[in-house]
Amino acid sequence: MTFRTLLASTAFAAFALATPALAQDSDISACLITKTDINPFFVKMKEGATEKANELGVSLSTFAGKVDGDHETQVQAVESCIASGAKGILITASDTKAITDVVGQARDNGVLVIALDTPLEPIDAADATFATDNFKAGELIGQWARATLGDEAENAKIALLDLSPSAPSVDVLRDQGFLKGFGIDIKDEGTIGDEDDPRIVGHDVTSGNEEGGRTAMENLLQRDPGINLVYTINEPAAAGAYEALKSFGMADNVLIVSVDGGCPGVNNVQEGVIGATSQQYPLLMASKGIEAIVQYAKDGTLPQPSEGLDFFNTGVSLVTDAPVEGVPSISVEEGLDRCWG
Amino acid sequence: MSETSSKGSDYESSLKDSDSSIAAFEQKHRGVLGTAQHFLHGSPTMVPVIVLILSVIVFGIVAPNFFSAFNLSLIMQQVAIVGILAAAQSLVILTAGIDLSVAAVMVMISVIMGRLSVEFGIPVPVAILIGFICGCLTGLLNGLLVTKVRLPPFITTLGTWNIFLALNYYFSGRETIRSQTLDADAPLLKLFGERFNIGNAVLTWGVVLMVAIFFVLWYILNRTAWGRHVYAIGDDKEAAELAGIRTDRTLVSVYVLSGFICALAAWASIGRVGSVSPTSFFEANLESITAVVIGGISLFGGRGSILGPMIGALIVGVFNSGLRLAGVDVLWQLFATGWLIIIAVAIDQWIRKISS
Repeated sequence: MTFRTLLASTAFAAFALATPALAQDSDISACLITKTDINPFFVKMKEGATEKANELGVSLSTFAGKVDGDHETQVQAVESCIASGAKGILITASDTKAITDVVGQARDNGVLVIALDTPLEPIDAADATFATDNFKAGELIGQWARATLGDEAENAKIALLDLSPSAPSVDVLRDQGFLKGFGIDIKDEGTIGDEDDPRIVGHDVTSGNEEGGRTAMENLLQRDPGINLVYTINEPAAAGAYEALKSFGMADNVLIVSVDGGCPGVNNVQEGVIGATSQQYPLLMASKGIEAIVQYAKDGTLPQPSEGLDFFNTGVSLVTDAPVEGVPSISVEEGLDRCWG
Repeated sequence: MSETSSKGSDYESSLKDSDSSIAAFEQKHRGVLGTAQHFLHGSPTMVPVIVLILSVIVFGIVAPNFFSAFNLSLIMQQVAIVGILAAAQSLVILTAGIDLSVAAVMVMISVIMGRLSVEFGIPVPVAILIGFICGCLTGLLNGLLVTKVRLPPFITTLGTWNIFLALNYYFSGRETIRSQTLDADAPLLKLFGERFNIGNAVLTWGVVLMVAIFFVLWYILNRTAWGRHVYAIGDDKEAAELAGIRTDRTLVSVYVLSGFICALAAWASIGRVGSVSPTSFFEANLESITAVVIGGISLFGGRGSILGPMIGALIVGVFNSGLRLAGVDVLWQLFATGWLIIIAVAIDQWIRKISS
């Protein structure tokens, strides 16, 4: 989720502030550490963890950095959790490499560490990772777009609205997944922009918000006004792209696809702004995480990754009211039931 | 003998041989650089204007589709919001201060205007009016902290930046108000996103607003006593005080006006973004400072033309658009902006040497 909270990254002045919110007494205690608590995605995650903790009688402390990139606060939070004798830590790391040291200390002290949403680097620095398969999320919208365009897919002109110049893993996975799903040779899977398919008009970055999405779309339309398919890193960027298309008088003949499944985004699918979006499930990540900690506390069982992956896949669904053959999807109605934010 | 004596005694006749030039300051030979330095010292806006013209020419040659009325007008649309914020920022910087909170104020006010209209059903004009009042109040808070509590502007606005950011998340519930909702319930909020054509150029009222703000400020700063006081305070606050200027009162009014302009930016930003998004414009405070610096306003206060920052914002816009259309990776835009800032300040320092 680096992209959505990346918005907070300039607030270098924000003082690191851990916010422990204590729950009840019980044998098992656990910690949830998120990048921030200003982002609906993490709010939903906290909701899921709290609900499940209450249900299972786990005492849960939650911590959050004030801004994304607030690594120091997360380190302090992990240290507090070790000191408090927590059985397990659920963490969405701001700095996936640097956090591994203190995570190692926690594991040495017998604490189960589960990375939520964002894998640590290396991924096995945590005991387990519960996350969205972002490559799959991209692939689904790619396949859907290809099937929707039909024969026209051969002549598509594609704009890709990515996240940031630093291209964090979520950015690369979604972008490359989309292109692969659309049937484009993506060359190096770890690099955005090394493709030479003439259907790609270009890539630009959006910071994952509306303003960035609009500006990026305008710039790519200047490069080629014939764009008819737009991939966006998330739904706010998609909403911005739509504004740009409207102002160019092109809103009706361009297909937009996105990833996230936030409620405003699913509403936009309903209204035809976005053609289809891949929905992810932060609540599930957190509740599964709490269950895993309880299991571990009881008998020492470690959570296992999904088959064929190095993390536990919390699932992703394509949300659209225009389903196509061969690509599984759920309706907007169902998407609204399960949306977050 | 008679010849020498007459020459020695006749004052009038010997006077004609003396130096007849009028008393004057010593003339130094300046050379080309020196002449340029003096010229730029006299008209500080010329540096950004020259850079802007050169960059438009260069990108017009190297970047396909760059040099068209449409693209140039698009750049104006893209920089309008940061440009308006830069106007607010300039006022504060002219007093040798800095305002880190401008973007946070803008986003917060846009959320206030949007929420009041959509969620609370308050008539849109009233919601906008409340937004403006809140904008002025944020400026008043900054101004009072700077003048009465005597905090440095940097610290003051560093603090209020965080405060306004938190309030923004509180008021917005961290949620975006969607474009479609605004169209249905509060189309007036999107007024400054309305477009009109001049030939192939497409402008928005937001662009007109930006240009209007700069020219109004130019008039106020150059043609009113208040404006001269702002410059005087920035140049030397103590001297201004000794000259009878009520510096505290003027400073507070500068911050209030800056807050008011931020509220204008908020209204315009809703038109630009389409929706009311608590997460947009996160780096706009730094971008506004960038525009001011590139526009040739001295961070040490008291010097520079208010029109400079508008040019500065356009330069950044031209570089971004040009580099993107030339197919250059986005990281080079950051790189170019960085050098623009450094070069701009270096030139400013060099020009300042003239007075020493």
